[in-house]
Amino acid sequence: MTPIQYFFLFTAGFTLLAALGVVTRRNVVHSALLLVVALFGVAVTFAILEAGFWAVFQVLVYIGAIAILMIFMVMLTRRNVADETYPEPFNDNMRLAFLAALLVFGGLALTIGGWDAARETMTVPLDYDALREFGRAMVSPDGYLVPFILVSVLLLAALVGAIYVAVLGNKSQEERE
Amino acid sequence: MSFFEDPIKFLAGLLQDLLVSLNLHPIAITVINNIVGALIVSSVGLVIVIFLIWLERKLAARFQDRFGPNRAGPFGILQSFGDLSKLVLKEDVVPDAADKIPYNIAPILSIAAVVLVWAVVPFSVEWIGTDLNVGVLYIAAVGSFGILSVLMAGWASNNKYALLGAFRAVAQLISYEVPLIFALLIPVLLARSMGVNQIVGAQDIWYIFVVPVAFGIFFIASLAEIGRTPFDLLEAESEIVAGYHTEYSGMKFGMFMAGEFLHSLTLAVVTAALFLGGWRGPYVEQLPLLGPLYLFLKAGFVYFLIVWIRSSLPRIRIDHMLDITWKFLTPLSVVLLMAIALTDALLKEFGQINNTALYVGAMIAVNVVIALLALFAASRLNSRQRRQIKTFEPRPLAVPPKPAAPAAASTSEEASA
Repeated sequence: MTPIQYFFLFTAGFTLLAALGVVTRRNVVHSALLLVVALFGVAVTFAILEAGFWAVFQVLVYIGAIAILMIFMVMLTRRNVADETYPEPFNDNMRLAFLAALLVFGGLALTIGGWDAARETMTVPLDYDALREFGRAMVSPDGYLVPFILVSVLLLAALVGAIYVAVLGNKSQEERE
Repeated sequence: MSFFEDPIKFLAGLLQDLLVSLNLHPIAITVINNIVGALIVSSVGLVIVIFLIWLERKLAARFQDRFGPNRAGPFGILQSFGDLSKLVLKEDVVPDAADKIPYNIAPILSIAAVVLVWAVVPFSVEWIGTDLNVGVLYIAAVGSFGILSVLMAGWASNNKYALLGAFRAVAQLISYEVPLIFALLIPVLLARSMGVNQIVGAQDIWYIFVVPVAFGIFFIASLAEIGRTPFDLLEAESEIVAGYHTEYSGMKFGMFMAGEFLHSLTLAVVTAALFLGGWRGPYVEQLPLLGPLYLFLKAGFVYFLIVWIRSSLPRIRIDHMLDITWKFLTPLSVVLLMAIALTDALLKEFGQINNTALYVGAMIAVNVVIALLALFAASRLNSRQRRQIKTFEPRPLAVPPKPAAPAAASTSEEASA
């Protein structure tokens, strides 16, 4: 094994341990902080695979935006840090959830295992700019232009919907008063 | 190769020869080389910050017509060392009800988030920690660890003021990240690369002269990102004690403090690299040693601006602070980005992309037009808001129950206006 493989194993184990901590911690804020650690582990894995753009975006989007919003929500709903009366993290649906997780993992493993492109190697020229190619693929009609625009429209709809709900909520509250 | 031609390469060569002569495994040599490089790059910032605190105190004193520190050493330059030893020797108090692990990680994360940025800062033609092809995005991404550290500190302290400070800080930092990233994208668009060194290399004309509005947006947003006056609402001492680091003492507080100073310098250096031509200057290709000198001269100018603004302006109110970014800077930066992209594409279409004079002229014209339109719209919006405030109904509590109302209502109207 090369050192980079050892490093990969270390990172993968670290990420999985943190992910396990997310579901087993009783303190919800600790779960959220461990989620940040797990997401960072994924970013490091991207960096090991020399996908710098994805590593940076993993940190920017998942840690910089999503994880911080989650922590924010958790903090706003808890009254006291020293309050030790946390609910039991598992309930009776645990076994079902475990089964569902196992099925999803099995399905993904089978799909990727049976996909020839995952095992193919490809030699790229030295001045190959993956980022440039990615950008071209995103805006070229033979590439991913249609899905890209569809996702943008979806996000825009979500944004407009959120604003509408927020404004409508305020209005109905005023009317009630 | 002699020492004075390129000292960094000379020393790196010496280290390489030493490690090879020790008969180490080639992978071990790479690892040791990288660790030494990372240590040097991160120490540069951490050592500079000691003198930066002295410089800032001196400058702020001059703006306020005082002398500033002037007892310890010549011009008081040893003052920071005294402060530092005081912070190290102070008792480290941890609140009993604090959440111990996040409480202790937060100050480390706060300073690490800033030091990480130095990895992509180009000091000279070839002196750069690592020439990432997504350097600009990396700068934005690393900043999110700073937000995380503020949030952790505020929550783990288990203190109302700390938590309030943390909420304010996150609202401010997340909001100002939007125009900051849009403004960062404009040099990327002009240089056609996300690598910081490529952006510096592409600045035959400094980008501050090509896209002055982008520089303005970036400067204001970075003032908010470092939490300096007029945007220091995260530690507004008249309202919330000291914000998120209320419960910290000793060197843990010192780390937040050093992180803040270093953050100012770091963003000044980044501004210098993206908009003021970075290490570029006369004779820098022949003598790489001049690169850091030019870079820090330009960064020093930006830092001076930051201190100047800090000592001149009062703190702004929190709703105004959020209004500036969401209602003014964000739309302005989006419109500017689209206009610059369109101008660039049009010039490319007509084959004028290499006509520097026309290119720069068109860009400046677009900037000026957008800036004037934005200021016009902002002043219209502002005056409309003021009129709205004047037409407020008198509050029911202020109206007396008996018919002697008219006189009392007019005074209450004055009070509410």
